Formats: sequence, C-alpha cells, structure tokens
Amino acid sequence: MSLFEKFESLSTQYARLEAIGANPFAITFDRVLSPTEAMIGNSRILLLGTNNYLGLTYDADSIAKAVQATQAFGTGTTGSRIANGSYDGHKKLERALMDFYGRKYAMVFSTGYQANLGIISTLAGKNDHLLLDADSHASIYDGSRLGHAQVTRFRHNDPNDLHKRLRRLADAPGDKIVVVEGIYSMLGDMAPLREFAQVKREWGAYLVVDEAHSLGVLGETGRGLAEMQNVEADVDFIVGTFSKSLGSVGGFCVSNADGFDILRVACRPYMFTASLPPGVVAATMEALHRIRIQPELRQHLMENARRLYSGLAGLGFCLGPEPSPVVSAIMPNPETAFALWSDLLRAGLYTNVSLPPATPNGLALLRSSVSAAHTPQQIDHAIALFEQTGRALGLVPATEATRASHHTAASPSLVGVPSE
Amino acid sequence: MHESVDDIRIVVTATLRAMLPASVELSDDTNIMRDLGMDSVAVMDFVMETEERLDISVPLDRISEVETIGDLVTTLHDIKTGS
Repeated sequence: MSLFEKFESLSTQYARLEAIGANPFAITFDRVLSPTEAMIGNSRILLLGTNNYLGLTYDADSIAKAVQATQAFGTGTTGSRIANGSYDGHKKLERALMDFYGRKYAMVFSTGYQANLGIISTLAGKNDHLLLDADSHASIYDGSRLGHAQVTRFRHNDPNDLHKRLRRLADAPGDKIVVVEGIYSMLGDMAPLREFAQVKREWGAYLVVDEAHSLGVLGETGRGLAEMQNVEADVDFIVGTFSKSLGSVGGFCVSNADGFDILRVACRPYMFTASLPPGVVAATMEALHRIRIQPELRQHLMENARRLYSGLAGLGFCLGPEPSPVVSAIMPNPETAFALWSDLLRAGLYTNVSLPPATPNGLALLRSSVSAAHTPQQIDHAIALFEQTGRALGLVPATEATRASHHTAASPSLVGVPSE
Repeated sequence: MHESVDDIRIVVTATLRAMLPASVELSDDTNIMRDLGMDSVAVMDFVMETEERLDISVPLDRISEVETIGDLVTTLHDIKTGS
C-alpha cells in the first residue's frame, strides 16, 4: 500500500523481529504482580526495565487515595481544564508541587511528554532561540519543532560548546533558552548543571531542566539534580513527569518566573487535551508525599543502582559513565542487543532495547532501570542472568582471569567507545 | 578564512572523509541520508562537526532542508557569510 511505502525499511526490520519471536516493541505483560515482578503467559518475569524508580506503583496509601478520589469524582474529567474546568485535585496537586519545590508557580500536564512539548514550544517565541543538549529526549525535540523559535543543539553535557553558541548569538535579538536534562534516560549520565548555570548567567539566558528521571531520585529531599548540585536558584523552569518515580502518569512545570500562569491560556498541549483523571491526581499527590517522608527509598534505589552497575561492569560490560538508576550496557550492534534481550527474557528477566536514533552516537543499548523495590537478591539474580546469557553470546569472557582484565577495560567510562 | 564555497566544500568533505570508509564517493549530488546511510541524528552530529570548524551555528530547520552535500555547502556558506 503506497501510503506506508515510506516505512518500508522500518517495516522490514520490524518483521524480522516478529519472525524470530523476540520483539521488545510489542511485549505484553499478562499480569503484574508487584513493582518488580510480572507474568508473561505462565512465566514469572523479574522486571528490570520499568523506570519504576521508587517502586510506588503498589503503594497501599496511593492506591487507597486513588480509589477514594475515583469514587468521589469519577473515572475521568472528560475535558480540558481551560474548556471544561479544573477539579479541586488539580489545584491541590499544583500547590503540593509548589510547596515541594519551593516555587511560586506550577502547572500540571496530562503526560510528561506534553509538559516538555508545551513548555518548550510556548516559552520560546518566534524571535527567540532554543539551545538544546544534543542528547535531549524526543519530547524536547518535538517541543522545539512545535514552536517557532530558532533551534540549535550543543554538544552533549558540554558547557563550553553552549558558551560558544551563546556567544554567536550575542548580538541576535530575542531571548535565549537552554534546555538540559537531570539524568539522561539512555545512558543514565547526569548534566554538569553547575557549569551550565554559570554559562547561562554569563549570557543572560534562561535555563530549563527536565528532571523526568531525577525527581525523587537525586538531591537531599528528592527534588532532583538541581538540588543535588545546589543550583536551584539558576534553574528558571523545572519540568518533570509523574510516570517514573511517582508511579502514575502526568507531567508538570514549576517556576518562580512572574507571569508564568499566562501559559495556561497560551500553551496548546495544556489547553487542548483532557486533564488528568481524579484517581491519577490523588495517587500522584500521595506518592509525592511518600518521597518526602520516605527518604530511605532513595537510599535503597541508589544502593541497588550501584550494585547492578558494579556487577555488570565486573562481568566486562561497557556501561554508561556513572552509576545511576539507569544502567545501560553498550552492545556491539543492534542484533546483539536483540539477542541478549530475548535470551534474558527467556531466562526470566525483562530489560529494554534502545537503538539509534533514540540513542546517542549510534549506540545499541541493552538498558536496565532499577527500583528501590528490588531486593539485593533480585539484583544479584539479574546479574547472574546477565552472566549466564552474556557468556552464551560471547559477551562475557569465560574465565575468571579474562574477566578481571575486562573489568579494568570496561571500568566506568565511555572512553574508547566507538562513536560512529 | 573558510568563507568561499570551495573552502566550505573542503571542510564538509574532510569531515565526511573522517567518518566514512575511503571508498565512498562524494560529490555535490551525494544524498546524505540515502547514499551515506545516515539517520537524522547522525546527520545532525555530522553538521555539528562542520559547525565547530566553521564557527557557526546551523538551526535545525535549516538542517532538515538539506538533502545533498551541495545543499549543505550552500546552507553553510549562506550562514557563514550572513546572506
């Protein structure tokens, strides 16, 4: 059919995955047992690729609040906040976010994707300039395309390259808006926010930080990388999601910029979509409360992250540059990534496959994400499965002696990774 | 420096040569994605290398209009000379 001819190459690749019966893009969990386990058919699967960082999806209080709110306010709002009105819960959740971040303004979106789409497309107007980190998430790129600003990208995590690009724009009219992420979702690396903050101050630019993968994960009180690096005053807008550490769905932006609330009637991805259902809002509020009163969740999460990272590094896998809840093993090619993924699944472990162009530098990744809900035994079991399947595929050296030498070569650095 | 069309073509070709096998033929008519097998991100990464050498910034909408090496040379030249 001619309409779909443009997808021919993609269709071929997809059909090949279907044919070998291992398609990560079409997997279905028949039952979910807990934040860390699910059933596919009759197989019990250990989940190591869900972004369920704090394991709050089964938090009893969050579920109870969601049930109460659903009974009181119904299953959905059936409309947008602008056209059909806000519910009490939306306003309460925004106040809770303002309180959590210590900021004057907050806006809640229906997904994290829409939060980036809305904020980036609306903040940067026709004569403004958006400067995006090259490894930005698709939602940031899509937001930049929805808006009318001039968009350029700077080298990933490179404040000097940002500096050069702002210098080139020194005489150009319009505001300059820089967008970076707290933790990058593909390799789990963090932004040098302190250095970026210095550059943005020097050039009078605005700074947007997407803390999707760092909310509830980093910082003394879980506010993210800006809190951890003590640069919150320099971050003009924080964007984030409820669908990872908070275990629900939705997105938000918080700010101290006066005039912020005008975005409610200017931001199309906020205005022209249904608002979050009452049950989701109530569960999110409770999960945000959990982040505040259970700091030990962050501690468990990071212990698990370090345990998995050092375990996989010890096996000789080449990983992202630092331990974080996202632990990605760099594969020699997409075929190997699919093979390892399907062998792990067959052995009872669910992970993710990430491929270019979603990944940086053309890398094929076998991506894992850990949860505070994983027990140390589950992490050790996952490492053992990596060892067993990795050895069968020739990715893990066979003997202890060679493993020790690979450990040195693959120690936590991206140096030496081919970047074709 | 690096301001004439020929200078810019040299920069583009040298950047591509460093990334591709020597046997690949390059001309103004070479289609960057189709003939060189680059995806959208690889094209942006390649343009970033030329930006560095030419000390310019190329907006993403200008990159998306580029199909051939000749298109890219023209775009980079226009930006470099402010035309």
